[in-house]
Amino acid sequence: MADMLFVAEGVTKRFGGVTALDNVSMSIRRSSIFGLIGPNGAGKTTFFNTLTGLYQVDEGKFTFDDKPLNVKAPHEVAEVGIARTFQNIRLFGEMSVLENVMVGRHVRTKAGAFGAIFRTPAARREEAEITQRAHELLEYIGLSKRAGDKSRTLAYGEQRRLEIARALATDPKMIALDEPAAGMNATETVVLRQLIERIASDGTTVMLIEHDMRLVMNVCHHIAVLDYGRKIADGSPSEIQKDAAVIKAYLGGAHVEGAAK
Amino acid sequence: MANLMQDKKKQIIALAVLGVFLVILPFAAGALGQAWVRILNVTLLYVMLALGLNVVVGVAGLLDLGYVAFYAVGAYTWSLLASPHFNIHLPFWILLPLGAFLAALAGLMLGTPVLKLRGDYLAIVTLGFGEIVRILMNNFDKVGLPWSDETYNITNGPRGLTGIDPLTFFGFKLTDGLNIFGLPVSGLQLYYFVFLALTVLSVIGVSRLQHSRLGRAWQALREDEIAAKAMGINTRNIKLAAFAFGALTGGLAGGLFASMQGFVSPESFGLLESVMILAMVVLGGMGHIPGVILGAVLLSAMPEVIRYMADENKQEAVFGMVLVAPEVLRNLIFSLAMILIMLLKPAGLWPSPEKK
Repeated sequence: MADMLFVAEGVTKRFGGVTALDNVSMSIRRSSIFGLIGPNGAGKTTFFNTLTGLYQVDEGKFTFDDKPLNVKAPHEVAEVGIARTFQNIRLFGEMSVLENVMVGRHVRTKAGAFGAIFRTPAARREEAEITQRAHELLEYIGLSKRAGDKSRTLAYGEQRRLEIARALATDPKMIALDEPAAGMNATETVVLRQLIERIASDGTTVMLIEHDMRLVMNVCHHIAVLDYGRKIADGSPSEIQKDAAVIKAYLGGAHVEGAAK
Repeated sequence: MANLMQDKKKQIIALAVLGVFLVILPFAAGALGQAWVRILNVTLLYVMLALGLNVVVGVAGLLDLGYVAFYAVGAYTWSLLASPHFNIHLPFWILLPLGAFLAALAGLMLGTPVLKLRGDYLAIVTLGFGEIVRILMNNFDKVGLPWSDETYNITNGPRGLTGIDPLTFFGFKLTDGLNIFGLPVSGLQLYYFVFLALTVLSVIGVSRLQHSRLGRAWQALREDEIAAKAMGINTRNIKLAAFAFGALTGGLAGGLFASMQGFVSPESFGLLESVMILAMVVLGGMGHIPGVILGAVLLSAMPEVIRYMADENKQEAVFGMVLVAPEVLRNLIFSLAMILIMLLKPAGLWPSPEKK
């Protein structure tokens, strides 16, 4: 078992004349928190979408858990062991909080229509396991009390956490969080940060795509920076903070020159 | 815990009361006239249809405007294979499953090309599918082959099929009726009990499906297809499953309809019928089985009741003249009720509860 859970090598993705990703390579250590940052339009989302099977890469390859990652449809990604949350929350609003998490178990269970209609012992056992695991996960994110409520009635921060619980229900090796702190207030961000740290220490690798720099710098073990489709920096938070190319990308060239004087 | 026990007790008592009511109902209706028993039977068929469509529209969120096509497949399967038309007379235990199976197959046939469609686009294609099936039934009385001048009469076209076999158990025709300890039970009343049994089975089947892994996947698909995919749900497969299960229930109801009616024609399977079943699902409360049943009962029984309550003689007796033709009045009240429900209860009369 290699140290690295996820490796991208020379990934290139073009849309017509635009090169959205240009020879991007990065690797993510097991059980670490990896930050992927970059200004708007840097290619973070494109990278994410190629990795999750929405787009096919033009060049380069991914390796996940020592095997080539070659997903052709979005639903295969969860099966491989990569779960995700969405920038704009995508919960199943009319379903209960518990049911949302139970849906996450879908990919690790297999009862079919026959088992459901005839309530076979195997299907009943599986259903009990799904329910129990979902309750555990709600406990984990602190939403047990809301289990029976429709998920659309949750507060914003709670919805974010529920999305994470739903993703964790797929038993992922890596969970990719797409701007989880967006729109959160300071208190909610602190709760989120503790949750992210707990997930990583419990053994699930975290890939964090985020704009909230304080969160990224505080929580990530390793950070990669994208700008105009290219990786401009890669290192620990303190290295990234000092990196001239990163400062230039975020603040513009003039500031860097000014700072240098 | 004590509360739970009490709830359970209450539930059992409620079910028992409902059961007794449903057993007495056909005899009470029979006292008013056999036409009322027929209305009850048709209502039960509509309950089954609404339950089936609810799987597709209410649970999986796939708008289907051609649902009646599956009802037609079931009805014609029975009619063609149990009538003098081809002089084939298969028993019910082959015909009912076969009709349901062929309807499910038709469901897959519809489902496959529309996998990528959503909302309005899906509605248009399914509407077209429903019409195609009806038009096929209408025109398959002169099926020609390119290499011969002969034509074959498969569906008997707009004239429909007559003399269809009734439900027959071990040589006993249901239409003959029974006499149980001096209590006469008419053929229609016997049909009622058969329909009731199958309706109860349908309710159990679809509610178990809805509260299973597959049912949750359907709901997830309805709520957010992209998120459902990210959770590892193969949306293609579960969409096809939704179409197939919905169609299966429709096919079953179709076979029962043909066996009771003794006559089918393409006219019974028009677009309006699909819209009616959809209205039952929507007005009752999409995705909520008790609501859907309520919707089906109200919408199928109400028009008949209005027609009966306001017929010419009664109007003459009260007003001294016929104010509104009963048929017109029926449509008026019906439309008014629909508008009121949409305004006052947009989620349906009995939507799924906010807290589970």
